[in-house]
Amino acid sequence: MNSYLMSIVLEIQGVVKNFNGLKALDDFSCSVQYGEILGLIGPNGAGKTTLFNIISGFLDPDFGTILFKGKDIINMSTHQIVNIGISRTFQNLRLIYQISALENVLLSFKRQPGEQLRNVFFNWKHSLKQEKENREEASLLINEVGLANKLNDPTESLSYGQQKLLSLVCCFAAKSELVLLDEPVAGIAPEMTEKILKIIQKLPTQGTTVIMIEHNIDAIMQVCDRIIFMDAGTKVSEGAPEAVKNDPRVIHAYID
Amino acid sequence: MEYLIHILIMIFIYSILSVSLNLVSGYAGLISMAHSAFYGIGAYISAIMAFKYQSPFLINFVSAVSLCSLFGALVGIPSLRIRDDYFVIATVAFQIIIFNILNNWVSLTNGPMGISVIQMPIIFGVKLSSHLEFLILIGTLSACIYWISYRVVCSPFGRVLKAIREDEVFALAAGKNIAIFKVLIFVISSGMAGAAGVMYSYYISFIDPTSFTVMESIFIITIVIIGGAGKLFGSVAGAIILVLIPEILRFIGIPSTIEANIRQIIYGGMLVAFIIWRPKGLFGDYIFYS
Repeated sequence: MNSYLMSIVLEIQGVVKNFNGLKALDDFSCSVQYGEILGLIGPNGAGKTTLFNIISGFLDPDFGTILFKGKDIINMSTHQIVNIGISRTFQNLRLIYQISALENVLLSFKRQPGEQLRNVFFNWKHSLKQEKENREEASLLINEVGLANKLNDPTESLSYGQQKLLSLVCCFAAKSELVLLDEPVAGIAPEMTEKILKIIQKLPTQGTTVIMIEHNIDAIMQVCDRIIFMDAGTKVSEGAPEAVKNDPRVIHAYID
Repeated sequence: MEYLIHILIMIFIYSILSVSLNLVSGYAGLISMAHSAFYGIGAYISAIMAFKYQSPFLINFVSAVSLCSLFGALVGIPSLRIRDDYFVIATVAFQIIIFNILNNWVSLTNGPMGISVIQMPIIFGVKLSSHLEFLILIGTLSACIYWISYRVVCSPFGRVLKAIREDEVFALAAGKNIAIFKVLIFVISSGMAGAAGVMYSYYISFIDPTSFTVMESIFIITIVIIGGAGKLFGSVAGAIILVLIPEILRFIGIPSTIEANIRQIIYGGMLVAFIIWRPKGLFGDYIFYS
């Protein structure tokens, strides 16, 4: 294996997905390298979120393979995919609103001994200790993004921007090697956008690779190492942010 | 005094039933209409064993609880592929099947004639001779079941159940194998309902299929809704209230000919009133189908 292949974390090959005859993804291929921030842009209906749903196992593709660290993940179910190291966020926020912010983050930790039923009765000291450590770590993560005073508030009382931030914290709490962020800064105030982008920019230094979908072109230009422009389920243009931004095909697609 | 003991025993039996149903319906959000089927299976297994083989109480208890858990898995696993209303319908179907088996398999269950268990439990050589001693036994059992349920819902396991109830997609995206959680809680809950069934058959000393109908399942779910889904002590409070209502009716002098009808009207009216004006129940924190 040469060093280029070694550095690939996710390899998508010829993925096709049809919804009742509508081609959401049409022979889409790309590869993602370790520690990069890859931006996915394109008009609505280009197939960006469909691609996320296929990678994370919520949808099965009609054709194609997806290799994560050389391992085929097409036939894995969602929870297995999360547990081998791919986490995601959702375009429309998904949080458990009735429980506290802290508990939402706690849910996102992987392989908790306390989540196994037998540990509720046996060996519970071990799971209790783990739970305590998780609580400390979760509060730390929440403090880091500046939501310390919201720790024990019910999630529904948080503002939209804060909820968005919390969903990112949940995604990072899983300590996944690859995170898929679906419009992380859509619809939130500029100062919160800055805060979120700073957090995303730091991820590669912590060993996390990022794929993000975003319509905010300034945000994409600011954080991404590489951009893929998608339209009608295919890859139209790929490369450095500036190059893609000035690609005539991209300009053409947006003006159309 | 005997009367008071009787009421307390019935409250304990219904507390076990409603607390265990609350685990499935209030915490995991799966509305099961088959709870009295498991209750009935437990009652019948212990009654048949005691009647035909004169086997001791503890063996009957353990076999009934384990077989009910097994039945719970048998219903739980295929039901996982279906959600919401369809799950309700599937459990109603199971409930009706069980009732018909109890009613028609005469060689095993004695059909509509029922089975008598004229035997008090003997535990480690101690024979329970009065209803007071039986009350102590069922009180201890209820406390154990409440404690187990409490441990389950307060653990990270219980936190995942709540996440499944609120948003399955979130739970999946957090890497939880939700199928396993659902089956496990269904198995535990069915086993507990079976335990209530064993106590019922020993206490009443006569069982017949009419005690284990869909109406009984609806009664148990009414306790959960009125007490509050997603809070264990709500189910205990609900059981106390709903068991006491017919006794209060008797005290205020409603003639026994119409007492049963009035009781049903009150139960139905309360269920509707709670769903309209207080859907969370007395102490609950979850609203079905919200």
